[in-house]
Amino acid sequence: MELAGVLFFPALACALSLSPLGRHGRAAPITLIGSVIVFALAVRVAIAAAHGGHIEAFGEWLTCDGLGALVLGLVALVAMTAALFSWSYIRVRAAHGGKRKEQNYYGLYNLFIMSLLAVPILANVALMWVAVELTTLLSAFLVGFEDTPEALEAAWKYVVLTTVGAVLALFGFLILYWGSRIAGFEPFTWVGLVEAAPRMPPALLWPAFLLILVGFGTKVGLVPMHTWLPDAHSQAPASICALLSGVETTTVLYVILRLFPVVGGVPTLDARPWFICFGLLSVCIATLLLVYVRDFKRMFAFSTVEHMGIILVAAGLGGAEAHLGAAYQITGHALAKSFCFFSAGSVAMTFGTQEIASVRGLVKFAPLSAIALAGGAFAITGAPPFALFVSEFLIFKAGIASGQYLTIALLSFFVAVAFCAVLYHVNRMTFGAPHGHPTLAPLPWSCKATLVIAAIPLLAIGIYIPVVLQNLLRAAAAAMGG
Amino acid sequence: MAVIFALDALTGAVFLLTTLGVVANRQVLASLQLFIAQSLLLTFSAILLGIATHSLHLFAVAAITVATKTVLIPWVLRHTVSSEVYRTREIDRVLNIPSSLLIAAALVVFAYAVANPMLSAVHTPFAKINLPLGIAAMLLGIFTVVVRREAVPQLLGLLALENGVFFAGVAIVPDLPVIAELAAAVDVPVVALVVGMLTRRIHVRLGTTSVGRLVALRED
Repeated sequence: MELAGVLFFPALACALSLSPLGRHGRAAPITLIGSVIVFALAVRVAIAAAHGGHIEAFGEWLTCDGLGALVLGLVALVAMTAALFSWSYIRVRAAHGGKRKEQNYYGLYNLFIMSLLAVPILANVALMWVAVELTTLLSAFLVGFEDTPEALEAAWKYVVLTTVGAVLALFGFLILYWGSRIAGFEPFTWVGLVEAAPRMPPALLWPAFLLILVGFGTKVGLVPMHTWLPDAHSQAPASICALLSGVETTTVLYVILRLFPVVGGVPTLDARPWFICFGLLSVCIATLLLVYVRDFKRMFAFSTVEHMGIILVAAGLGGAEAHLGAAYQITGHALAKSFCFFSAGSVAMTFGTQEIASVRGLVKFAPLSAIALAGGAFAITGAPPFALFVSEFLIFKAGIASGQYLTIALLSFFVAVAFCAVLYHVNRMTFGAPHGHPTLAPLPWSCKATLVIAAIPLLAIGIYIPVVLQNLLRAAAAAMGG
Repeated sequence: MAVIFALDALTGAVFLLTTLGVVANRQVLASLQLFIAQSLLLTFSAILLGIATHSLHLFAVAAITVATKTVLIPWVLRHTVSSEVYRTREIDRVLNIPSSLLIAAALVVFAYAVANPMLSAVHTPFAKINLPLGIAAMLLGIFTVVVRREAVPQLLGLLALENGVFFAGVAIVPDLPVIAELAAAVDVPVVALVVGMLTRRIHVRLGTTSVGRLVALRED
């Protein structure tokens, strides 16, 4: 019944936050407690999935395997740290908007989390599509929370473009259902689709695959459908950015990765070149944008586009090792990127700007944020001892072992350039000579606490991966058809 | 059967015309009325196919479409977006109307080209009418989102795109589980609600609903 609880507690927390109980700032602790319970349940699911168990609830409506459990656990973890970060961050940001503004934030926050958690556990593929679409609709007002012209513009682009993408993906799913009916299969689940795919007419499977790749690729931020992403991921409050960049993209990418074994069963179709092309293009363009970026929240948003590309390439390389690398990369990215946005949000709050050029000498004025920002930058660019170093190494190794030299050469080149670009910007912000005396705002307590707490798992999984997590990653890689 | 087939073909033709209207007209209010007409034609096609295939699901689709798209969504849009916006005549577009229609015609031809290989691989009689027209409406919907600058016409392009998917859907998956249909049916008015409320915020904060002119965020 853990899976039912995972959906029940966010709904409860939403109701309590909006009710009179959530007044006088009590919505924040309610949300935090709810997210801790959800995380505990998600860990139980993940442990069961790591031991090869098949978890289900409500008959066959909710199910979870290794890949689903990995995504579920990551969403629950970031939802928890982001709730802690929100506590005093949102109080400051909503100070002029009245009491209702804070309560509304937490109401939407919990519903948004619920829709994210629903994606990896809903068995019916059509319902899963609805959950993905709801993640957009429920987070639209969180993106526009600041109510500035820029935030509203970002929210508009976010909703319209990702909904266009989602509707294209819906058409893809309808074609898949059409195909599985022709093949004589009834349940519209991922397992059912993998069984049905070899008997579907390839003329149906092929357009369905492309529609879903392009449609949901829009929401993942794959180039050239990425244009909304840096806007939304830079204008939203930092806690929401952490969720959008850290786990929302991953949750939608999860759906695309699920297609891999479906298409993989058909010998006349090869999804791998498409994954590699889209992935490499995203990595390439994101790297170029990283060099010229001027806003440090946008910088981390471009880095998300880059990492989505790397994961897609890793999936496209094929083979158990590359897929293990992809699963590990997903984990490392979710932890590191959410941490980066927490630190970027802290810096933005202290300095009152998101411009890279306006922030200098951070280490002198705000040592904690400075350490966090520099640490986050090292973690996200794949420096040792962080997890992304290990996962990128695994991916390169797997690619070379299977003889895909050109792909790996291009990938490693762009990753190296992105590494230099991000560290160049962060280095200037952290250690650059300060001009004058900037007016600084104090950093609220829950932001400081989050920077310390969110750093623990980030450091830990780079150095030591517990056996349970190892098994979970292998199970996730197996679910990708590796 | 032949009568139903002919009626469905006629419905499809008018469906395409209303979609072209959403692309090409200048009045915001007229766009909304064309969208309602388009939804009614989708309903009619669902009923025809329901009779032909004896599928109760399609009657459910018809009922849901009427309730959400011809009643609920117009009501939501009327109440979230101020009436001032509906009186707007959209003078400047990204592309003028004659060129828009030319491209729209090309998109319809393209839709038939895309649908052909799918249709020759399977035998689903009504798909021959509904699939290409549905794809055409999808392409026209995306095109509308791209060329129109006003918020409400952009949203209506999005909803026309969704209607296109369902127009193809009633023919290719007449037996989609009802729960999925219901969920999708709830989703569409929520899209209208969220986008409508955003339009209102943009109108209040920026004094315009010309979202195509919002370009503060870009790389330079």
